Amino acid sequence: MHPASPKPRPARPLALSSLLVCLCLAVAAPIAQADDLSDAQKLVRQKQLPQALAKIDAYLAVKPKDAQGRFTRGVILTEMGRSADAITVFQRLTEDYPELPEPYNNLAVLYAQQKQYEKARTALEMAIRTNPSYSVAHENLADVYAKLASQAYGKALQLESSNPGTPSQLAMLRDLNGATAKPAAAAPAQPAQPAQAPAASSITQPVVAGRSASGPVRVAAGEVASPPPVAEKPAAKAPLAEPAKTESVKTEATRTESAKAGDKAAEKKEDKAADKSGKVEADIERALRNWAAAWSRKDVRAYLASYAPDFQTPRGVSRKAWEAERTQRIDKPGKIEVMVEDVRISLNGDKATVRFRQSYKSATMKSSTGKTLVFVRSGGAWLIQQERVG
Amino acid sequence: MQRSGRHLPRLPFLALALSGALALSTLTATASAQTAGDAGPEAQLKQVFSDIEASRLDSALQKTEALLRQYPNFRLAHLIKGDLLLARGKPIRTFGAAENAPEDRIADLRAEAIARLRAYDDKPSPNAVPRYLLQMPADQRHAIVVDTQKSRLYLYQNDTRDGRPRFVADYYVTHGKLGAEKLREGDKKTPIGVYRITASLPAKKLGDLYGNGAYPLDYPNEWDRRQGRGGHGIWLHGTPSNTYSRPPRASDGCVVLANADLSELSKNLQIGVTPVIISNSVEWLSLDDWQAERSALNRKIEEWRADWESRDLQRFLRHYSKHFEAGGQKFEQFARQKRQVIADKEWIKVKLSNQSVFRNPGKEEFVVVSFDQDYRSNTTSNQMRKRQYWIREDGTWKIIYEGSA
Repeated sequence: MHPASPKPRPARPLALSSLLVCLCLAVAAPIAQADDLSDAQKLVRQKQLPQALAKIDAYLAVKPKDAQGRFTRGVILTEMGRSADAITVFQRLTEDYPELPEPYNNLAVLYAQQKQYEKARTALEMAIRTNPSYSVAHENLADVYAKLASQAYGKALQLESSNPGTPSQLAMLRDLNGATAKPAAAAPAQPAQPAQAPAASSITQPVVAGRSASGPVRVAAGEVASPPPVAEKPAAKAPLAEPAKTESVKTEATRTESAKAGDKAAEKKEDKAADKSGKVEADIERALRNWAAAWSRKDVRAYLASYAPDFQTPRGVSRKAWEAERTQRIDKPGKIEVMVEDVRISLNGDKATVRFRQSYKSATMKSSTGKTLVFVRSGGAWLIQQERVG
Repeated sequence: MQRSGRHLPRLPFLALALSGALALSTLTATASAQTAGDAGPEAQLKQVFSDIEASRLDSALQKTEALLRQYPNFRLAHLIKGDLLLARGKPIRTFGAAENAPEDRIADLRAEAIARLRAYDDKPSPNAVPRYLLQMPADQRHAIVVDTQKSRLYLYQNDTRDGRPRFVADYYVTHGKLGAEKLREGDKKTPIGVYRITASLPAKKLGDLYGNGAYPLDYPNEWDRRQGRGGHGIWLHGTPSNTYSRPPRASDGCVVLANADLSELSKNLQIGVTPVIISNSVEWLSLDDWQAERSALNRKIEEWRADWESRDLQRFLRHYSKHFEAGGQKFEQFARQKRQVIADKEWIKVKLSNQSVFRNPGKEEFVVVSFDQDYRSNTTSNQMRKRQYWIREDGTWKIIYEGSA
């Protein structure tokens, strides 16, 4: 999962997650709204809770069903100590999106804070049922089991201190994204400290051809494979929210190089066919990196040129409207840095599905999110036909 | 729910911890385990432990929780639940793995678990009867036999067709903190002997300690007093509201049942009638042996009655022990008085009815005989309920005490 809360927790570095990995569900909406959401998330981190609540309410006024927005609202209410309201929010999310484990997890956290461990347990078991490899829920559940055991012992043995005074401090998720790890990933908790990162990175990646860098700092969210769980159509980027340690961004380049060296060494051993396919994948990866580089340079023309003529715009808006929105977005003042990591390419003829982790940094925002681009071969070039988060 | 593989290696620890602690391997289910009277949580408890031994911990937990829905204050089940939950997070190596658990309370609950499981596995055979219930009068519907070592109370019905006691139900019971064989006031022991229920005290008049009711026994009985045993206030009673049951040894000498069990039992109790025979360890007789012992005693009592009617003093007095003592009379005074009385009589008729014969449990070999005695002679007649203690002496049964019951 995610880094620890600001509060020091000796027992386990879980507590309240501070890493906001965003599904970016709102990005297709008018930018002002997307800003409301990201602003709200930012304000939470700055502990400006009433302001955060106002922002998220404004956002939800326009998009009342939006899962990410509602989830964020639940987090804000939790932070404000309005547990009953937060419970209502997460409860309704579990009803509207029963396939999402995160609302169950947070519901459990709130119940546990109220020492309602049986309810917490039920919620966590639901979270795990929806997502068996959801490690946060597993760890939280272990905590809840321990609390329940303690209660049971208290009743069995009539212990005075049967109910440990401190309510459970389970890991509260800040964001919807990030729980739905693949089984192989077994959802390693995002280490709180970069120093702990290597331990969490020992998991082998599933099906990777032409991988570039498998960074040691893994964000659990990076493994997201399931489609965005929300009815809202996924759309363009506009990454919101904080996240990704600067360290990971800084080390990105180095790791890419070493990974490339590794690839070269590997290539030598491959037979010709593999060598050939490796070459195609290298082309695709180059296209991906060019796209990110253009974005980083704020080179709108090169950026837009990365997209195929039949690019599926979010919500089916016109190509023109989409280009206008992207131009405005990219052209904003201030530096933009876009990095790609954990690139996994699955090639199918002239089509390639590329999953990767996108780190985005601008003057006002940092984010790290899983993303999928579908490239199609167009002449000698690979162009983006679809773009979605997750 | 889904179980992650990392828990798997831990399962044997728990199974070992629990079953090892309870020495379940020494307990084998007998064919009689399916007999009637499966009241109480034993059957479910048994399944929980079977699940644990088979490493079916999820199933065990579900069953434990079902048990707790039925018996919310069942501390033993809470302890098992705690162990099962704890085992999901870390290996546990002992029954009652709670941190800083008071050892005595864990030991109490372990003893309760053993008592309940053993009782479940060792249901009385339908072909054996407690040795103590040799004969019951027609108007006595039930009898109670308690086994303190097994923490078990057995309810028997008086089958008036053949006089045989029929097993009805058995219940877990608590007895004295310091065991059985009560000798004196405050020794926190439960008396061993043949007693009767003398009254019914409603819960309203009692403290919470006594649960939903109490039934005082007639301890000390004639034999206890003769032995100089002291103390009083030995009751059958219920359980305080904060727990389903108490440890096997926890009372000040009373026999304590779960409230639900006491309610069930109370339907079968007759004040002043129902015998409560408390033993260290119930002795069981085959039906043949039981019938032989019963016949021998009834024959002996009939001889005594006939010899009384014969007005032959020597024949009559041969039934009395040299240690006879009753109503302040020793054997010599008693014999002198009988000689005078019988000398007056031209005829004597003695009819006995509603006879009961209960063998006393334990080391002292005697039986308690009660009957309605209808005595008539040419000078007097009287009816009384009489009680006699017949003791084994010189290879035969002799009366060592008699008096009105």
